[in-house]
Formats: sequence, C-alpha cells, structure tokens
Amino acid sequence: MTMSNSATLATPIGGLYHRRRIANKLALSLALGAAGFGLFWLVAILWTLLYNGLSAINLSLFTENTPPPGGEGGLLNAIFGSVVMTAVATAVGTPVGVMAGTYLAEFGRNTKLAEVVRFINDVLLSAPSIMVGLFVYEVLVIRMGHFSAWAGAMALAVLVIPVVVRTTEDMLKLVPNSLREAAAALGAPQWKVITMVAYRAARNGMITGMLLAVARISGETAPLLFTALNNQFWSADMNAPMANLPVVIFQYAMSPYEDWRQLAWGGALLITVAILLLNIGARLLAGLGTTRK
Amino acid sequence: MTMTHMDANSQAHGSHPMPPGMMAGAAADRAIAGAGLPEKITVRNLDFFYDGYRALKSISLPLYDRQVTAFIGPSGCGKSTLLRILNRMYDLYPKQVATGEVMLDGVNILSPKQDLNLLRARVGMVFQKPTPFPMSIYDNIAFGVKLYEKLSRADMDERVEFSLRRAALWDEVKDKLRQNGMSLSGGQQQRLCIARAIAVKPSVLLLDEPTSALDPISTAKCEELIDELRSDYCIAIVTHNMQQAARISNFTAFMYLGELIEFGNTEEIFTNPTKEKTSEYITGRFG
Repeated sequence: MTMSNSATLATPIGGLYHRRRIANKLALSLALGAAGFGLFWLVAILWTLLYNGLSAINLSLFTENTPPPGGEGGLLNAIFGSVVMTAVATAVGTPVGVMAGTYLAEFGRNTKLAEVVRFINDVLLSAPSIMVGLFVYEVLVIRMGHFSAWAGAMALAVLVIPVVVRTTEDMLKLVPNSLREAAAALGAPQWKVITMVAYRAARNGMITGMLLAVARISGETAPLLFTALNNQFWSADMNAPMANLPVVIFQYAMSPYEDWRQLAWGGALLITVAILLLNIGARLLAGLGTTRK
Repeated sequence: MTMTHMDANSQAHGSHPMPPGMMAGAAADRAIAGAGLPEKITVRNLDFFYDGYRALKSISLPLYDRQVTAFIGPSGCGKSTLLRILNRMYDLYPKQVATGEVMLDGVNILSPKQDLNLLRARVGMVFQKPTPFPMSIYDNIAFGVKLYEKLSRADMDERVEFSLRRAALWDEVKDKLRQNGMSLSGGQQQRLCIARAIAVKPSVLLLDEPTSALDPISTAKCEELIDELRSDYCIAIVTHNMQQAARISNFTAFMYLGELIEFGNTEEIFTNPTKEKTSEYITGRFG
C-alpha cells in the first residue's frame, strides 16, 4: 500500500521537490550575497579608516590644538568641544526625553494627546539633522548674533530627545503592570510607583537608550555647521564658536594640506571607535536587561 | 475544641478559634453565620461595571475581623474583581466603576473623598504571581514602610525582621538581606510579598490566589502562614483550590456569574450547602 503510494507519487513530488530545492538554493545564495555585499563595504570602510587613521594616532593628537596648515598639532580643542557639547546636549535632552517618555507610557497611555505626541516624536526621530541645525540657527544663532557652543549643544539636544522618548516609553511599557499594582497596593502614590519601581525595572533599557542617543549625536556634523561652527583655537567659552570633531573632519578632509587630511583620518578613527564602544556598551546593558527577566 | 477543618492534612496547620456562629451548625442558622463577630468590612448592594458590563450584581456580605474568608467560584465569576474593590485597585484603570457601599470600620471606602493611598496602606494585597520589586530584600520591605513612617535605622531593621519573621522567611534570608529580591525562589518571593504587605501594618489582608503559582511545599508554608496571621488580621482570600478554602478559611463565599450564591461558615458551606449550584461546584460537577 505505502509502497505503491510512494511509487505513484514519486514523480510529481519529486519534480516539485527538485524545483523547491533549486529555489531554496537560489534564495539562500542571493541572501548570502546581499549580506556579503553589505559587509564588504563596512569592512572596507573600517579597514581604510584603520589603515589611514592608525598612523595619525599619537600623543600630540590628544595634547595639541588644531594647527594652521603646515604646522604641527592635534585635535585637543575639537575633542574637548565634542565632549562638552555632547555632554551638555545629553544633560539637557535626556531629562526632557525621559519625562516625555514617562508621560507617554505611564500617564497618557490611551489619550489623544499621547497619540499626537508619539506621532510627532516619530517624525522628529527621522527628521534630517540639517533641518534641526537650520532651526536652531534661526531660533538661537540669529537672535544671539553669533555662532556659539550653546547653540550647538541645543541642536544636538533636539536630536537626543526623540531617541530617549522612544526608548523610555518602550522600556516602561515592558514593565509588567503587576509590579505597578503591587506598589500601588502598598499605598504608594503614582509618582513613587514610577520613580521607585518602574524606573528601576526599566533602568538598563533606559540607559541603553541614552547611550544610543549619545552615539547618534557624537557623529553629527550638519547641525553643528549652522550652530557651533568651528574654532581654530582652544576655547572653553560656551558663548563662542567651539571646535568639534565632525566639523574639523569635514573641513580638514577637504583641504589641500596633507597634514590636515592626516588629522582628519585620525579624528574619523577616533569618532568611529568611540561610537563603536558606545554601541557595544548599549548592547551589553540591553543584554543584561533581557537575561534577568 | 472541635476541629473546623474537613481535611485530614489540615491538622498540621493547627486549629483556630472558632467563631460562635459556627457551633450552631443547622442550616437555619445560616442567616446569622458569624453573628456576634465584629465586622471589619461590610459590603452592601455592590455592583461593578467594566466599561458598562455588569461584572458584580448586588453583592452583600460581611468580612469579620480576625477571620479568614475564602472566595470560591469558577473563573470569571467576579471573585478577584470583588477583592480588587476592597482596596480600590480598580481605580488604577479608567472605565471601571463600583456602586453600592463598602464599609471599612464604618466608613464607606467607595466614597470619592476616600484617600486611595491611605486606604491601600490599611488594606494590604498579595497577588497571584509573586511581584518582588527590582531591589534588595531589605528594600522590598522598607519601600512600603518609608511611604508612611519615618523610622530610624534601628527601627527599620527591627520592622524588616518583624515582617520577615511573621512571613516565616527570616531564617532563609537573614544573611542575604542585601540580595536582590528577584533572586529568591518563587515560594520565597511570595512570602516576601506577604512580608512586604504586613510591614506597613495593615488591618486587612487581601490574597488573590496567593498560592496558585507555587509548588506544594511552598503552598503548605503559605497556608501555615495564613493560619498564623488570622489572629491579627481580617483576611480575604480568593482561591481555585477547594481543599485550600476548606483548610484555611472560617467563612466561605461562593460566587457564580457575578452573583454571591452562598455565604456562610466554611464547614457549613462544604458539608451542607443550601444551594444546588454550591453543592454542584464543590463536588466538582462544573467550574
């Protein structure tokens, strides 16, 4: 019975099976090819960066300011400027983002307002950063009459907010309601439930979101072009233009001077490594969050 | 003293003070079951609506002080809903409305003037799934206490020890109070939650299927614990386990489709129910 069955079915199934195997192989090789194609360029970029950038990494890169053409120098003022503006932007943007995300997840879950805020935030999340730069240029730089590090930090803060809002909301939504009920059942008012219990449960995810936001803004060039501009010299004055890595890389890489281009490679490598480390840190933290559940 | 339990296992849990009403035994006395005992909570004509759907239909019953009252009935009959009204947990969600009266020590807690946080500090609750907070064992207990009391370091240590001892957890965790509460086993977590509820010194304890997620040994420990706590608190427990209701409760309320079918002392309900539905349910013919 079974013998005859398999015998009669052998031909049509065999043909179908054969075709499926070929289709499978084709799809698999296409997918592999696409992945390889993407990875190739990524590796090529990293390799070029390492190849050209490593030779530029030396002590003076971290201890001397950006030089005039032909002079000896480093990127100290640009590194300092980037760190300061990123820090200020994070300090300003994170609380706003956390509070807005808390509103969306805890207070306004099903309200119309939350829906609108969520939608606008998603738009902001994918807004071209150059528009954010232009916005801050209009609002701050023109009114103040000059470029400044404050304006740069504000432009970056505007970029931080939507990322933090999104991750805060997502992470708080993962906190089980039973935990909130348990805290409320002890007589805890809502703000205590949120700050003492929900934040604690969502902490890793929220820090991850913040790190990702920092990683995102630390490589942004466009918003700084219109706001912090650049500064050839050492400056810690937030009211004056301030040097920063992305804009220095942008200017030096396009310059005709060999030593400037060399510095640009060094800066590019530095920024890439910093972002890579931030991303790895964020991944590790996020991993901690999921394995503990 | 007569054993109030039906189950032989229950002897391990010891007997408890018998309410005077239980002595009578006859069905005729059902109406005055528990008569003479102080009523901690009195529910009168309680209706409850989930977004317009009537989930509870004019429930009236007393919860006696220092007694355990069990709520039994098939899933969806409204027993958890009733429990969540007693500390107004339902208020966390929009579109849920309760009408009628729930008197706690003579005050209607359904009144809009009732301060919810103060109410919940007096009416503790333990949930089906253990819900330790993501913090240390010590802080899990201190969390609720700090909300309403300013205790010195030493007093807080004492309160934590008192609560953990009361929840029969002290010996197991006294050397690791700084460890995360989530690192405990399920049964220990649940006892931690009970300790946490006791720590704020409530007068009523609501237990919503507290042992349904636990293994038999942890369940036995929790039942022993409830048996001990009965001398100090008014306890309401929702359970799907009929033996458990029979073992640990003094009074039993049987609910079905949002209605209270029968309420009486536990022995009566289990040996001599007056309603057909009750007897069908406790003999396992449905539900």
